[in-house]
Amino acid sequence: MNGYLGVDVGSVSTNVAVVDDESRVIASLYIRTNGRPIQAVQEGMRTIAGELPPDISIHGAGTTGSARQLTGVIVGADVVKNEITAHAVAALHIMPDVQTVLEIGGQDSKIICLRDGVVTDFAMNTVCAAGTGSFLDHQASRLNIPIEQFGELSLQSKTPVRIAGRCGVFAESDMIHKQQTGHKTEDIIAGLCEALVRNYLNNVAKGKEILPPIVFQGGVAANVGIRAAFEKALKHPVTVPPYYGVMGAIGAALLAREEAARRNGVTSFRGFAVSNIKYEASSFECKGCPNCCEVVEIRMEGEVMARWGDRCGKWANSVQARRGARKGSAGSSGGDAAVADAS
Amino acid sequence: MGASHLAFKSLMRELGNEPIVPPKPSLKTLNFGTRFAPEFACLPYKILLGTYVEVLEMGADTIAASGGVGPCRAGHYAQLHRQILTDAGYKFEMIVYEPPSIGYRDFVHKIQMLNSARLPLLKLLGAINRGWAKIKAFDRLEELSHWIRPRETGNGETSKAYRQTLEIIDRAESLEEIKQAEKEAVALLKSVPHDPDFKPLKVGIVGEIYVLLEPSANLEIEETLGEMGVEVHRSMFLSGWTRDNTLFDTLRIMAKGDPLKRAAQPYLAEMIGGHGQDSVGHTVLYAKEGYDGVIQLAPFTCIPEIVAKSVLPAVSRDLNIPVLSLSLDEQTGKEGVRTRLEAFVDLLARRREIKANTRLAHELGGGA
Repeated sequence: MNGYLGVDVGSVSTNVAVVDDESRVIASLYIRTNGRPIQAVQEGMRTIAGELPPDISIHGAGTTGSARQLTGVIVGADVVKNEITAHAVAALHIMPDVQTVLEIGGQDSKIICLRDGVVTDFAMNTVCAAGTGSFLDHQASRLNIPIEQFGELSLQSKTPVRIAGRCGVFAESDMIHKQQTGHKTEDIIAGLCEALVRNYLNNVAKGKEILPPIVFQGGVAANVGIRAAFEKALKHPVTVPPYYGVMGAIGAALLAREEAARRNGVTSFRGFAVSNIKYEASSFECKGCPNCCEVVEIRMEGEVMARWGDRCGKWANSVQARRGARKGSAGSSGGDAAVADAS
Repeated sequence: MGASHLAFKSLMRELGNEPIVPPKPSLKTLNFGTRFAPEFACLPYKILLGTYVEVLEMGADTIAASGGVGPCRAGHYAQLHRQILTDAGYKFEMIVYEPPSIGYRDFVHKIQMLNSARLPLLKLLGAINRGWAKIKAFDRLEELSHWIRPRETGNGETSKAYRQTLEIIDRAESLEEIKQAEKEAVALLKSVPHDPDFKPLKVGIVGEIYVLLEPSANLEIEETLGEMGVEVHRSMFLSGWTRDNTLFDTLRIMAKGDPLKRAAQPYLAEMIGGHGQDSVGHTVLYAKEGYDGVIQLAPFTCIPEIVAKSVLPAVSRDLNIPVLSLSLDEQTGKEGVRTRLEAFVDLLARRREIKANTRLAHELGGGA
């Protein structure tokens, strides 16, 4: 059986998925990044290898997420894609007529508008993390409620209180005030869900045309309270797909499958054994000019695989690891060829 | 901003001053800037302030700065900078140039203040003319680099050649030499291996002038896009802006208005300061010229650009052109911007592909 691997390494979670030739999800995995992307990828690869049927062979690999470049080097990716494209591809696969994707992850949130199966507009949160999973996590632990029960509890509220959603710091002090004046916990939580949704719609989704069908994905989609708040605000049903937490990884896997067709099955994938290889990431400050760039260096078994982080390209170009054909066919065939290989 | 300091350097030298060329804005510049600036001042304010500190530390005793009369708060930045730096203990003189249209005498007087060599009028005009010639040459070279870069076959070759061309122009002195130098520089840029038949995506860049013109303030967006295979067109060059705001400004007020304001008219009829109205107008014009997309660059907290940003979705919808707004502040991590640029380029490429397919289907259908 042929399989295609997708890895999405974000700030909070690392997700791995494998799809087959028919784009069915064979296995998927959601673990915490814990600030150590390399270890997380290796652990993810080790675990998922154990869950795959024995006759599977991987014919392509794709990476996405904020650590996509790093991950691409580690697993040997054929395609390295931004998470907006990856999420859109995955949502389209689950719901071909989707027109709006709401995605809220650990540290960022985005909205993607699609028309006739094509991304027409998108936005990501820029300066504020108030409307993201990390903030919910923090508030749940402050109220001593397991994050898994957060949403359920909010649904029990009859009269949600109004919480300032503009800024995480203000939201927190507002919540404390409401709690000290005697409001019930579920009402505060429901108010928080509504504040988060309001913040998302007023900032990230500002000026965007939100049309149904609407898909809600990312880690926060697990929270039924947020989903309910979205439905209330948008007056449309909001669908949470079965693999909502790993949609980025599924998107990367689907992109890897497309890429494999272009490459006639020749893959750069290093195999699941990467979990046993010694990778080291280190950084140094370049002294070449006053920019003092922090250059990251990735070594595999002691050998330099890639460098990045320098503004001028002095270090990155000194390795020239798989820059591949960045340009070339973008004009005639369009598609993703116009996008630089991030490595 | 950009390469313009090289032109001012030679002008200042001709006028009998010793110019102190600031280093390219860097992390150090920004650190100085944020230490002294109010927190919510915009990025250009902080970079300028940091640059002033750098040149003062290098021994400068005079700072020449531009003023402004529009509703944008940048109009009084020079005065604020002077106050902050004086409070911090620096000793220097600051000459602030206001647009000549509000007072030619003041403008001429301030030019004379920098005329340490006491050049007679004709020679003074000659020196200004040479500085101006350099600015125009820099702008034309930059525009050419925008065309070559997406078509280059090697990685980063254009940027390397472009940096050399700046040195070539910098060395030239007389008008004739500047002309020759430009020829040499153009030849050098054109010798970068590139594929002239490649049809890149075309993206127009609009926004506030400083973050538009200073690559280190916009995380080298033009280079990044160019190396992704995208041809960029920047809506503003220093030569164009200076012309608009000095020589012809008075004449233009009498004329029936310019195409840019007319283009912005249905969406933003008022001049709201800074380049807010220009951003809207240029976006309309790019859409009409068949560009694939537009990117708006705005310093975080810049009011004119915030207004423009809230108007742009309507332009985007009406004229069917994707617009990406980027807010720039002290962040030095390129990754966030890169993610958005990649996704935007993906979106544009897909749109073009679909348009081409529809056209093809249409032609095939029509032929049968």
